[in-house]
Amino acid sequence: MSYQVPKFRHPELPVNELGYTRADYEGAISTLCAGCGHDSISGSIVRACHELSIEPHKIAKLSGIGCSSKAPTYFLGKSHGFNSVHGRMPSVATGAAMANRDLLYLGVSGDGDTASIGMGQFTHAIRRNLNMVYIVMNNGCYGLTKGQDSATADEGSASKKGDPNPFGAIDLPGLALQLGATFVARSFSGDKGQLVPLIKAGMTHRGFALIDVVSPCVTFNNNDASTKSYEFVREHAEATGTVDFVPMREEITTSYEPGHSQEVTMHDGSVLHLHKLAEDLDPFDRASAMLALERHRAAGSILTGLIYMDKDSRDLHEVLDTSRRPLNGLGEEDLCPGNKVLQNINHSLR
Amino acid sequence: MEPTDVTNPEYFHKVVDCQFACPAHTPVPEYIRLIAAQRYTDAYMVNWESNVFPGVLGRTCDRPCEPACRRGRVEEEPVAICRLKRVAADNKGSIADRLPQVPAEKNGKRIACIGAGPASLTVARDLMPLGYDIDIYDNQVAGGGMMRSQIPSFRLPIEVLDEEVNYILDMGVTTFFDLEVTSLRDILDKQYDAVFVGTGAPRGKCLNLPGLEEAGDAVHIGIDWLANVAFDHVDSVGRKVLVLGGGNTAMDCCRTSKRLGGDDVRVVVRSPFADMKASPWEKEDAMHEGIPIYDNHTPKEFVVEDGVLKGMYFEKVEARYDENGKRSLVPTGEDWVFMEADDVLMAIGQENAFPWIERDLGIEFDKWDMPVVDTTTFQSSNDKVFFGGDAAFGPENVITAVAHGHQAAISIDLFCRGESVADRPPPRTNLLSQKMGIHEWSYDNAVEADQRYIVPLAPLDKALGDRRVEVELGFDQDTGFKEAERCLNCDVQTVFEESRCIECDACVDICPTDCISFVDNAEESELRARLSAPAGNLAQDLYVSEVLPTTRVMVKDENVCLHCGLCAERCPTTAWDMQKFLYNVTKAGQAQQAGGVSA
Repeated sequence: MSYQVPKFRHPELPVNELGYTRADYEGAISTLCAGCGHDSISGSIVRACHELSIEPHKIAKLSGIGCSSKAPTYFLGKSHGFNSVHGRMPSVATGAAMANRDLLYLGVSGDGDTASIGMGQFTHAIRRNLNMVYIVMNNGCYGLTKGQDSATADEGSASKKGDPNPFGAIDLPGLALQLGATFVARSFSGDKGQLVPLIKAGMTHRGFALIDVVSPCVTFNNNDASTKSYEFVREHAEATGTVDFVPMREEITTSYEPGHSQEVTMHDGSVLHLHKLAEDLDPFDRASAMLALERHRAAGSILTGLIYMDKDSRDLHEVLDTSRRPLNGLGEEDLCPGNKVLQNINHSLR
Repeated sequence: MEPTDVTNPEYFHKVVDCQFACPAHTPVPEYIRLIAAQRYTDAYMVNWESNVFPGVLGRTCDRPCEPACRRGRVEEEPVAICRLKRVAADNKGSIADRLPQVPAEKNGKRIACIGAGPASLTVARDLMPLGYDIDIYDNQVAGGGMMRSQIPSFRLPIEVLDEEVNYILDMGVTTFFDLEVTSLRDILDKQYDAVFVGTGAPRGKCLNLPGLEEAGDAVHIGIDWLANVAFDHVDSVGRKVLVLGGGNTAMDCCRTSKRLGGDDVRVVVRSPFADMKASPWEKEDAMHEGIPIYDNHTPKEFVVEDGVLKGMYFEKVEARYDENGKRSLVPTGEDWVFMEADDVLMAIGQENAFPWIERDLGIEFDKWDMPVVDTTTFQSSNDKVFFGGDAAFGPENVITAVAHGHQAAISIDLFCRGESVADRPPPRTNLLSQKMGIHEWSYDNAVEADQRYIVPLAPLDKALGDRRVEVELGFDQDTGFKEAERCLNCDVQTVFEESRCIECDACVDICPTDCISFVDNAEESELRARLSAPAGNLAQDLYVSEVLPTTRVMVKDENVCLHCGLCAERCPTTAWDMQKFLYNVTKAGQAQQAGGVSA
């Protein structure tokens, strides 16, 4: 058993604008089961952060409990981290984001941590449009307790040792749309070509970005009767279109065929290209997105890609008009403006 | 690209860079693991089987393995393979009971070996256990050839050489030493069944410059002078010595001079320092002993006054390279440089000479007056006469001579049994999983980050005081262990079985050096551009799988794989496995013993 990854890396690894290689965004060696989809999502997060040239110390990764929530140990080893109580990651993220708006908040959760014990917290983070990326590593089962069906397991799906699930699944993107989420996407751990640009777009989006990632549990839920196995997802995934993310500082070099293409400029100047878009979906129209989700669910396929984005999203800081500076950057004068100001406040209330 | 055929033994052989680069294809990682396990005698025997002179080569090898070592591509320095070989030789126990048995009953075939250097000794080593009678002829008083006459004893103690030469001679070889063979016809007339010519490249080149004749005894041919030192015919040299040439012989000449009374010893070479033929470490050793190297100086003439050599004139040149990279040395136009000298040693190359081979014996000679020798069988156009070592294709090195000797022995054995010498035996290979349990390997797969360890040297004053004091002290056992742990175990292969792969990307995600990609197939040049990390080292192969269910292929760039086994550890379906690939060059008689089957 290897307890650490060898120190050596490919000698010609590309460096980003900060002079860092991908290796600078890695974490400790994974202790998840061999073949776990979560490790691939970790790999995609590493790639996205490297390609976006984010300084590692400008990221805070937060998680709850579960296999998914162990995963932050295995990426971004030089970033801030908080492993919270089961299902309570959104409230920790809310507090942190309110206190320091300068960090990028990356929540990592699972189907149990989000759709069961954490449901109450999850919905309110969406409703408040907290500025964070919320990744659900969704394997449809409780892997850490030997594979019981979770709330996102599809009706009729059976895990390795289980019976067909008698209950319908909670569809997280559908729920998020209902709650007014401003960025909703779904992807598959085995499709980095799609997942990496989605993570980059989510990180650039101002507001709550949900990325529901189907991530097969190789040990308990990768069997023939499961709808969250590598094979099933590959056969039933249907992408809304292809997503390309071009960071603000980079020149746009790809040319796109006309038709079914859209280009969105993000608030920081980055550009999101959506091409080969499905004809029946307008990802900037919430009703269209909800309809598309329902159509695919009824047809038994899994809709992946960018499902909805609100181009005019206003995050919690804007809504509440909070301090532009992080709280730790405020001095005594800002926090304690003196007796005269207090008198004025008191006077105004009389 | 077509799927890689890993059943072709040459594919995995090439992945073991060190072994592939070694002319004798010694299984390097195999013996390095044995050293790490303190099984020095076993490590020695792996070497002895393959390269015959582990103690000698552990000190003096040209080390083609080290520039090839994969470690040198992921960090600064390769594994100190050569010095580890010496650790095995220095620490081994008795090998008497492990030497091959020589049958009491001979097979009735008699072989003559002309020259008692590494090539001839290897032929004898391989053929004696098969029952051949072998006569070795040499003009020196003892066996070893250039290993005895040209490698100074401060690099190779005589006891080390004697021991390894005697393992072979003690098999019952008949030796005719101190006897110059002056006619091949005379040898052939003795009715040998085959003759092996391993006479080396015995003629040192000489520059015929103005003043050479007048300089007389003060000008020496480097290799002859080294031989005279080795055999105690020369025990001193002038105070001021100029050594001409930039190869390893020049380094041996200057360092020997320093020990025989040379005070102001200089190496003067025509080419730029970086282009010198000497191994980098030999240049370093010379400079460490206070010997300056003057590069870009072309010798022009000897200055002799009253019959006494005073020095030499040199013209300064500079190297210019044309668009094809071809070098020319162009005079700078500066005044000639004068350097004082009491003695001049010429070490500017050596060549073959066969005045003793009559030209009517059916041995064809080419336009350079070299015998025409088959590069695979080492047979000449007289099918009874075989060549090997420097005598075959010009000056090389000891390990190449050994490799020639093995192949010539195969040919001689086939020839004597009336079989075709062109029918070469395949290598003996073995591929075996190293899996001991879940995530457990029978080799130490952790990759140590240690940098190359430095070999300790004898104190300079002590070393320079006596030409017999060995300069390098070798690694002690602890350092040997640590250096051995730097080996990446490149012979433990990553073997991929596509039918088991579920394309979960776990191997791609864990691989520390980004060797593995799952991509759509294409022609090699395009495929290389699609991989997850740059794959520009065209000398290193791509391992391509059959088409997978997603219509992609697995492509592994072998270039900087650390053989750490993490791909196999993280694979949920054991589509990846770590399997040790042992490749042994088949020696004379072994194909018959094993019935021609892989062992």
